[in-house]
Amino acid sequence: MDPKIQTRALDFRYGKVQALKKVTLDIREHQITALIGPSGCGKSTFLRTLNRMNDIIPNTHLEGKVLLDGLNVYEPSVDVVEVRKRVGMVFQQPNPFPKTIFENVAFGPKMLGINHRLRLDEVVERSLRRAALWDEVKDDLGKSGLVLSGGQQQRLCIARVLAVEPEVILMDEPCSALDPLSTLKIEELMRELERSYTIIIVTHNMQQAARVSDWTGFFLLGELVEYNKTGELFSRPKDKRTEDYITGRFG
Amino acid sequence: MIPRESFDRYLHELQDEVLVLGSMVEKAIDRSMKALKERNLELASQVVADDAKINQKRLDIEERCIELIVAQQPVAGDLRIIIAVLNIIIDLERIADHAEGVAKIALMIGDEPPLKPLVDLPRMAEKARDMLRRSLDAFVSRDSEAAMKITAEDDEVDNLYDQVYRELLTFMLEDPRTITRATRLIWVAHNLERSADRVTNICERVVFTVTGKMEEIEASKY
Repeated sequence: MDPKIQTRALDFRYGKVQALKKVTLDIREHQITALIGPSGCGKSTFLRTLNRMNDIIPNTHLEGKVLLDGLNVYEPSVDVVEVRKRVGMVFQQPNPFPKTIFENVAFGPKMLGINHRLRLDEVVERSLRRAALWDEVKDDLGKSGLVLSGGQQQRLCIARVLAVEPEVILMDEPCSALDPLSTLKIEELMRELERSYTIIIVTHNMQQAARVSDWTGFFLLGELVEYNKTGELFSRPKDKRTEDYITGRFG
Repeated sequence: MIPRESFDRYLHELQDEVLVLGSMVEKAIDRSMKALKERNLELASQVVADDAKINQKRLDIEERCIELIVAQQPVAGDLRIIIAVLNIIIDLERIADHAEGVAKIALMIGDEPPLKPLVDLPRMAEKARDMLRRSLDAFVSRDSEAAMKITAEDDEVDNLYDQVYRELLTFMLEDPRTITRATRLIWVAHNLERSADRVTNICERVVFTVTGKMEEIEASKY
């Protein structure tokens, strides 16, 4: 299968602190890739380089390439808004806007210039359905997104991302603030979304990585130590450091 | 604090239990052959009775493995140890069944006059028992090379089986009245030959535990 995203010798520094060291990795299209590693290992930094979310942090420095369908997203000619439209992001804390459920989902399409009410209705319904939230909120679209439960809010945020029709979805610990049942719902949803999107998830929960992903990358001290099929990495890790980490001997 | 110190201890205890089961099985092999050789029917009955304890021990260990999987969600090397244990205890229990089979044949033979002095059969039993002990040593010491070597020794047991089979066939050809007694001894040989085959399964699990590779090391002659 073709890689959707390729990083090549990706270095990243916060001031003098080297957060990523020559990370080279291929992310397969329509697959779920999990990134694991102890706190501060660079996995979230790596995730955020993929749609240039780190651009807004001052005093940072990046070298190497991030290729999205072969195009380096750090080329000066590339429009960062376009990159973030194609590569959407879901965060650890559900962060709906203090607006109605409808407005939350319609926000992105409106920014992209879709204002026709029927078009918006259609996009909102489709996105909420894809995020497996429609049946729970279809009669309450005018209510504030903030009245939903944590798990519903997170699915609302996923619907918001889907509304701009991205190709890749980045998830930074999307379930760490959720209860177990909401977590399982998000995981099921990821398996559904995998058919249409490429998903990359950062997680501290190794069982989650093992359950939900097709590929797993283990980061340590800014380095990609091991990257393999998930079943392989969790049953026969090749690197001693991976084995020690996933079996809980350190980290 | 060392992370997972208690889990490490549980894994250690689990393997100790496998060794305990292993020594129960070794004892069953030894005693069943002694019973056959010495016409000790009481000892043979004892082996048959003790088989229930071995079965129970196997179930206890299996239960413990399930608890560890549920509570610890093991991965990688830890997971492979537990999966290997789950497989090894099945082979151990089956080897004990073979020993029980030998004991039952000893009971069947009862005090019939011996066909011949038993030489090769005790040798087969001794070899199978020795391979078994060393395979479990290899498991706890994660010695995949030793495990491979033990597997190769299965040929010796197969050769003894051939020898016993041919010899008993000669008896039967010369005097058909020996057929019943000779057939029983062939059953004994067969039980011992299968026991050694089971040891090679254990050796495969040792290799799996160490390397993660699941493979048939060497097909047995029988």
